Amino acid sequence: MREETITLEVTRYRPGHDSEPRTESFAVPYQKDWVVLDALNHIKDQLDGTLTYRWSCRMGVCGSCGMMVNGVPKLTCSAFLRDYYPGPIRVEPLANFPVIRDLVVSLDDFMEKLRRVKPWLIRAVEKPVSEGEYRQTPAQLEDYKQFSMCINCMLCYAACPVYGLAPAFVGPAAIALAYRYNMDSRDEGYKLREPILSESVGVWECTFVGECSVVCPKGVDPAAAIQRSKVAGAKDWAMAMLMPWGGRR
Amino acid sequence: MPGNDAYQHDVLVIGGGGAGLRAAIAAAEESGRLSIAVLSKVYPMRSHTVSAEGGTAAVMRENDSLDMHAKDTIFGSDFLADQDVVEAFVKEAPGEVIQLEHWGCPWSRDPDGRVSVRPFGGMTVNRTLYAADKTGFHMLHALFQTSLKYDKIVRYDEWFATSLLVEDGRVCGVVALNVHDGTVRAITAKAVIICTGGAGRIFSFTTNAAIKTGDGMALAYRAGAPLKDMEFMQYHPTGLPGTGILITEASRGEGGHLKNKDGYRYLQDYGLGPPTDKPVHRKMELGPRDILSRCHIQEHQKGRTFEGPYGHYVHLDLRHLGEKLIDKNLPFVRELVKDYVGIDPVYEPIPVRPVIHYTMGGISTDIDAKTRLEGLYAAGEAACVSMNGANRLGSNSLTELLVFGARAGRAAARHALERPAVSSNPVAHLVSDERKRLDTRFLRADGRERIADIRDEMRKAMEDGCGIYREKATMAQTCDTLRRLRERFGRIGLMDRDAVFNTELIAALELECMLDVAAAVAHSALAREESRGAHTRTDFPKRDDARFLKHSLAYRTPDGPRVEYLPVTITRWPPEERKY
Repeated sequence: MREETITLEVTRYRPGHDSEPRTESFAVPYQKDWVVLDALNHIKDQLDGTLTYRWSCRMGVCGSCGMMVNGVPKLTCSAFLRDYYPGPIRVEPLANFPVIRDLVVSLDDFMEKLRRVKPWLIRAVEKPVSEGEYRQTPAQLEDYKQFSMCINCMLCYAACPVYGLAPAFVGPAAIALAYRYNMDSRDEGYKLREPILSESVGVWECTFVGECSVVCPKGVDPAAAIQRSKVAGAKDWAMAMLMPWGGRR
Repeated sequence: MPGNDAYQHDVLVIGGGGAGLRAAIAAAEESGRLSIAVLSKVYPMRSHTVSAEGGTAAVMRENDSLDMHAKDTIFGSDFLADQDVVEAFVKEAPGEVIQLEHWGCPWSRDPDGRVSVRPFGGMTVNRTLYAADKTGFHMLHALFQTSLKYDKIVRYDEWFATSLLVEDGRVCGVVALNVHDGTVRAITAKAVIICTGGAGRIFSFTTNAAIKTGDGMALAYRAGAPLKDMEFMQYHPTGLPGTGILITEASRGEGGHLKNKDGYRYLQDYGLGPPTDKPVHRKMELGPRDILSRCHIQEHQKGRTFEGPYGHYVHLDLRHLGEKLIDKNLPFVRELVKDYVGIDPVYEPIPVRPVIHYTMGGISTDIDAKTRLEGLYAAGEAACVSMNGANRLGSNSLTELLVFGARAGRAAARHALERPAVSSNPVAHLVSDERKRLDTRFLRADGRERIADIRDEMRKAMEDGCGIYREKATMAQTCDTLRRLRERFGRIGLMDRDAVFNTELIAALELECMLDVAAAVAHSALAREESRGAHTRTDFPKRDDARFLKHSLAYRTPDGPRVEYLPVTITRWPPEERKY
């Protein structure tokens, strides 16, 4: 009996060899419990050892294996072949990023932006460890918890039309993480992050398409973080205009 | 370029997971004068620490004590833990988890604002802090994001260390491959810390990420450092069949039940009962991992497990916990089971089987994370400081990487402050040797052996010989198979000859590391003629303190691993029979 197969149309690009990305088709065994990543691993192990992509945890938490699957940003370790049957399945590198090779994109830009939004707890005075934890109620935890779930998989950037047009835009994941720290009851760094978020390439750049939140595999809502940061930023601006002492709190 | 300042550091950390980042921050805080680098084959936030789910143990409450945590750990280790190490560990654990809280980790909280603690397997009281069931993820991101504020921590993201630079017996850096452009460079340092994690990928069924291929262990082993207690590979009793995805022990801590195909809570038949409605510390489902994994196999031998496409399994039943509790404390479990098994654990039991989870052995270090090679340190799962002994208790490993990561960072920093800079002349020579080796062995080699074939056969050999139950004949066969695979590896052929992002080359280098580490595991296991913790032999079913109350040390030789022994440090807890 012949084994049932499904076709993957994979983008190939070798710098120095290809002037343009091209598409190569591979037929892989169709297994209902396989994810797209399993199919790529099959290709690499059995058919073409030069196929290049990133992956690691295979359980949707390390954030390595994001790619475009039929035009939609997905973690390939949780995109099941059965949901694309009978295929073909188009697998491309994440949109809006420079391609290094095949399905691997450069994260340099994001790594730089992440550092710029100061995603760490900022305190005027740090309490010594010997004095124990900062108390934080479950409700205070809930205020920022959702935004701390970001795995830096970059699907939101691949879905963001603004980032596609204006790469200087700080972007959904970095803004969501800045917002996460701003909302943390232990943090006092709002004033230090605010200038980065409110500059021209910050939150105001967002036209609220909301695709970032739609594609997020972890239920983070970066669009909400961006909108709420706009509200906070606008309030600061208004306070600065109206109040004689510049609205300093 | 070698000699260029950009590739010279005082402290170089290999591996950017929990232990590596904690070490780097500790070194940065030890002295403002040090240049620190973190080299990782992935971006640090992709490290496998991200997958840890259940929690991190530390004495936090009035009903607990350091002695109780120490005793549980030593007892759980089947008395193979060094007791001075365990005492240091439990003492420093609370400070480390609070430090992480100060760095923003979103620990789950009690109504009064204190960090919450939950029960975990083998522990006598609630002492496991958690961030829902994504503890490792939150810890790793808190550490990574915090590390970004230290300007002097330089990162080499997506670089692969191929060998240690050793001069006059002193480790002075690494040769590493920049995955992005294929260049090979020397990165020198006065002290090197290996924090590359475990080697679960030498087995077929594992909770471990693809990147856990024992690279750092192999680096140290090849440079002459021994690997300690490698025979102790931990099975986690509840992984998903097929994928090996971890279903955290916290699901049992919250009250989940293990049931055989008759719906019977079988653990009561193995001295862990009686079954109770509420979980009881160290009883039934809260027994230690080695015992639960053995119970599974025995239950299978009695014909009372389910049979599926990926072999035998039992049920982990969470239904009685209710949707609200599951969503609050086990949301990731629900997400994983829905995504990967297609069922909702609120309404259906989860199929589970034991899967390889943790490498208790590793690069032999002392209590300050120092290895036998001058200038080389190790921490986290890559290391064996001897606190887990023959069986690690759940939730001790995340604390271990904090405590010993910090210790390694401080010790390496102090070492670096006392040492002169590394001279660059011999280094240039070593780099060109390594470049030649990579070219002739891999990029210009015309062999016909395929990576995937050798890798699959290695994994099968490890499952066959070094699984939950072991015996002499099959282990010896595994040792033989590994020797033959090593020969075949010499005839490997790659399809990919490109410089840019050559992941096939990386896979070959990883396989070479796995073959070294697997041999150390199999030979150490064959030599230990007793049953202790995760090492259970049908031909030697009893623990034998007279002969084997000691650590194994595997040294690499051209003829295969040579196994020696080292005494266990006993301070206040004389060995006794381990009963639950």
